[in-house]
Amino acid sequence: MKPYYNQKFGNAGALYSLGRSTKEDLNAARTMVAHILSAKQNEITFTGGGTESINLAILGYCRAHHTQNKAKSFGHIITTNFEHPAVLESCRQLIKEGYEVTYLPVDSHGLIQADDVIRAIQPNTILITIMYANNEIGTILPIVAIGKSLQAVNHQRIADGLPSIAFHTDACQAGEYLNLAVNSLAVDMLTLNGSKIYGPKGIGILYHRQGLKIEPIIFGGGQENGLRSGTENIASAIGFAKALEIAQLSRKELKVLTGLRDYMIAEITKRIDNVVLNGDAKLRLPNNVNFSIGGIEGESAVLYLDAKGIACSTGSACSAIHLEPSHVILAIGRSHELAHGSLRFTLGRETTKSDIDTTVKELTAIVKRLRSMSPVNIEAK
Amino acid sequence: MTQKKPQNSDVQDVQGEGWVYTEIVKDHFFNPRNIMLTEPRDIGKYNGIGVVGAPVCGDVMKVWLKIDPVSEHIKACKWKTFGCASAIASSSVLSVMITKKGGMPIEAARKITPQDIIAEMGGLPTRKIHCSVLADQALRKAINNYYYSSGTLDRVRPEVERVIDKEYDITDFKIEQMVIAGHTTAKAVLKALDVPIEKLSESVINEVSESIKFYSNLY
Repeated sequence: MKPYYNQKFGNAGALYSLGRSTKEDLNAARTMVAHILSAKQNEITFTGGGTESINLAILGYCRAHHTQNKAKSFGHIITTNFEHPAVLESCRQLIKEGYEVTYLPVDSHGLIQADDVIRAIQPNTILITIMYANNEIGTILPIVAIGKSLQAVNHQRIADGLPSIAFHTDACQAGEYLNLAVNSLAVDMLTLNGSKIYGPKGIGILYHRQGLKIEPIIFGGGQENGLRSGTENIASAIGFAKALEIAQLSRKELKVLTGLRDYMIAEITKRIDNVVLNGDAKLRLPNNVNFSIGGIEGESAVLYLDAKGIACSTGSACSAIHLEPSHVILAIGRSHELAHGSLRFTLGRETTKSDIDTTVKELTAIVKRLRSMSPVNIEAK
Repeated sequence: MTQKKPQNSDVQDVQGEGWVYTEIVKDHFFNPRNIMLTEPRDIGKYNGIGVVGAPVCGDVMKVWLKIDPVSEHIKACKWKTFGCASAIASSSVLSVMITKKGGMPIEAARKITPQDIIAEMGGLPTRKIHCSVLADQALRKAINNYYYSSGTLDRVRPEVERVIDKEYDITDFKIEQMVIAGHTTAKAVLKALDVPIEKLSESVINEVSESIKFYSNLY
């Protein structure tokens, strides 16, 4: 990335040779991303991050659909109740603009069935947006099954003279570990961001199937085929493409990581009483461990662990701006008490078995200490 | 790039924003003073108990006060807290505030405001200010319990009181005091309050039982 700050700093929109050269590099990055996604170059738009890609997909697609069809009434969108705030807030914006939104509830494992998604379709449905993997509890949703079922539904809808339904998936958490080939996923739009794949922050992409109409949400000089105005962030785009390539090459780590994850889950379950795993044990990202621990408050545990050099995060209200506990932990049916006591550990390329042993040992002591300080007992059910 | 929390912040939320605790808060959080880990030998001399908060909200604090019945100074304070760092630290800070220099007179102690505790802690991040409110409330509840159990009923000033039965003046505050005194059934509580149980409607008795259940879980 570095040469693009001090040597190849040309503006990719300019005619001078330095600008042309960076433009070529940007397109090389785009080609690399397209190749990994089994997509075409013109189906990839670079954005300022995952949140922006999601906004562009949801707002841009729905608004374009409305304009294009000169529709009298606004369409209907299907999503789930445990999406990332970028999805939930974009949907909230569309409700303000007149659209309808169905929030499908996830089950106690943090999963959803393709049939339930299909059953929620209405004649005026225009978009389904469902995350590939959940950012807090790591569950992997059946994107392929939903996409395939939707293709059959769309086939019938076209025959019936109804508009076909577009399918977007927020794949920000999946980029590192899951299949991203858009054709086998049967999605029309897919969001990825840089920071979740060991790449730079402030960069993301939106894949959008050729021919799909999307309106821009940022206006200006018409960069990125008019879909995303603003001078291109060349260095980050190149860093993003490289990070995605490395992630794809290091797929063999998955087995090791999955083994470490299962080891950590087993150890915590064995050594600490009154705990419950959040999210399905098998259909989950190989790097995610999330427990609700009865009788502890998350922020206190995070700080005690941090003092031991262990970083984790919590769904407790005490660590949120709005003072509400995690909507994801509540969505899988846990009580507020258990949402306050939820801890998420993220494993990575550098995590070892001995790191996990140390973490579980410290966690066991901290839980014991916090429980001894607490005037109440809370059952993890 | 691995995920790292921003420099100079102690905690980071899901949005990636960090906040910082003062050294005083950290000191009391990592080394809490006066915490009730094992019962002191003179536990019988602890004559004011109070609990506030709810696990649903993520904060519960329980205080035990040892008040000298003659001077009415707080000689010792023990506590247990379920909650975040600022809830734990504010419990600890308050326990030191009211017991130093021979102990604070209870009438002065009940005037302590959340702002007083926050000032003693060297400040709190804006978003955490609600947490410290717990400690002063728990203190006042324990002082009320002292007044109630020592028979000086005219000095009791409950913060909020829910009336369960007007005719016999049954309030949730009185039920709480009965539970602290060790009564566990509606029959025993009503007898201690000198209320004829046969004159009460079923719905009032049910409400009394619910209230007993609620406070029994806290104490």
